[in-house]
Amino acid sequence: MQVSKEEILHIANLANLNIKEEEIEKYKTNLEEILNFANIVNNAPIDGLNETITANDSYNVFRKDEVKKFEDREALLQNAPEKERRMFKIPKVM
Amino acid sequence: MDLTELTVHELQEKLKNKEINVSDITKAYISRIDEKEKDVQAFVTVLKEEALKKSEEVQAQFDNRENNALAGIPIGIKDNINTKGIRTTCSSKMLENFISPYNATVIEKINEENMITLGKLNMDEFAMGASTEYSYFKKTKNPWNLSRVPGGSSGGSAAAVAANMVPFALGSDTGGSIRQPAAFCGVVGLKPTYGLVSRYGLVAFASSLDQIGPITKDVKDCAILLNVIAGHDEKDTTSANIEKKDYTKALKNDVKGLKIGVPKEFLGEGINEEVKSRILEAIEEYKKLGAIVEECSLDIAKYALASYYIIACAEASSNLGRFDGIRYGYRSKNFNNIKELYKNSRSEGFGEEVKRRIILGTYVLSSGYYDAYYKKAQQVRTLVKQEFEKCFNKYDVILTPTSPTVAFEFGSKSNNPLEMYMADICTVSVNIAGVPAISIPCGVDSNGMPVGLQLIGNNFAEETILNAAYTFEQQFKFREKYKPEFKI
Repeated sequence: MQVSKEEILHIANLANLNIKEEEIEKYKTNLEEILNFANIVNNAPIDGLNETITANDSYNVFRKDEVKKFEDREALLQNAPEKERRMFKIPKVM
Repeated sequence: MDLTELTVHELQEKLKNKEINVSDITKAYISRIDEKEKDVQAFVTVLKEEALKKSEEVQAQFDNRENNALAGIPIGIKDNINTKGIRTTCSSKMLENFISPYNATVIEKINEENMITLGKLNMDEFAMGASTEYSYFKKTKNPWNLSRVPGGSSGGSAAAVAANMVPFALGSDTGGSIRQPAAFCGVVGLKPTYGLVSRYGLVAFASSLDQIGPITKDVKDCAILLNVIAGHDEKDTTSANIEKKDYTKALKNDVKGLKIGVPKEFLGEGINEEVKSRILEAIEEYKKLGAIVEECSLDIAKYALASYYIIACAEASSNLGRFDGIRYGYRSKNFNNIKELYKNSRSEGFGEEVKRRIILGTYVLSSGYYDAYYKKAQQVRTLVKQEFEKCFNKYDVILTPTSPTVAFEFGSKSNNPLEMYMADICTVSVNIAGVPAISIPCGVDSNGMPVGLQLIGNNFAEETILNAAYTFEQQFKFREKYKPEFKI
């Protein structure tokens, strides 16, 4: 399994991560090694088997869509990296 | 008498007989932490003042205690379980200063019992690792030999229990993160059936695999703690709506007629010879106790491991998308626009192993590779479940080693991700299938390092594996024979 430098940079960008020039080779080698190992799944006797999405069979668990108020605004805001007038502050988006 | 050497059920007995009071216990543990924490480094946060204050309140309230009361019993919590008003860091720079605004459901249950939280325990960053070396803060040492790892990712929890710094602890297990450190530290660790314990408030790593479970000194304590944390929770839609049980009642000290299957693939290539010898001796012990032990086949370990790393990383890449430096967590100082804020915060806030797994997860979910990896891995998941079902048609319990080796030296695997992943070979199949499994100590190797025995049960058959574990423990008496020596 070969992964190109461009692919690594593309994937890192999708994941919102920077990879420094000097780290590319390491991530590339690690990823190739892990993917080579993970390729075993292609030899598994799985023809015709369905996909299992979760460990138990629960599916579409419904409940009423009721609003529950979380009152402790301060507890949330104390973790904000930057805030102003009880709001989260972020750089200009538009 | 040193109270920290006692199990929780022994402490309960002494409290009931009024030989000791609640604050004696907390004080004893705090002085033990003062003595041993500098060597073991198991805690991210120690809650000394809070614990002492609470123990005095509890003492005042509970002069007439019931037999099984857990009021005033201290506990340690893995640092990926949210505790209101207390830091929950996941041992990551990303959450170094994060104070939980709410409690996980398991913490609500512990508080309802009036138990006392002694502190938050170290782990591999975001529970990704098998040695606790990937913690951003510190390297937890194995109390049996301080030059070796405690296992991971719940390494702080297992080491703290082994070193008598907490009477028991909560860990979380996505691919072996309770059982493997329990095995490395010579204590008991249970991964419950997926859905038995609410995951609400557990910081998600791989949501379809994660479970919270107990790490304890013995099997009875494990049943006691499971009684507290098990149960349906509407805040976790994957939590199972099943009847509440008293797991201590399952401990019958009798395995006559119990059918145990031993998959030959789990005792073959790659399993250390001394580990194998201890497991074979345990098998002989079970036979003497009247269990019916047979060799069987469960040829899925390698497929399961490969599928585990695909599924777990895919889910992690999605779950960890929330850490973006906006509402909480680390925010980079260096950005000119929102995209740079995201990227720089994540790149500076996450450690290398976490980034590696996010990249792998993003890769296997990306266009063109989804079918080749993620879809195949989910088909393998069906295969693994089917193979377990076949085994459980014939056997009550499946017996394997918990880990292919005993605890390894620091640095011996941390630079080789694939080798570190192989440490999970005996445990991941259980998470892939969703079934419960317990690790109990079954001896030591020639260097005095503990060996773990894994007993796997069918879905919601915790009672069966707890009884099988208890019966072995009563016969083998590991805690009477061996003690961690804090060797340097």
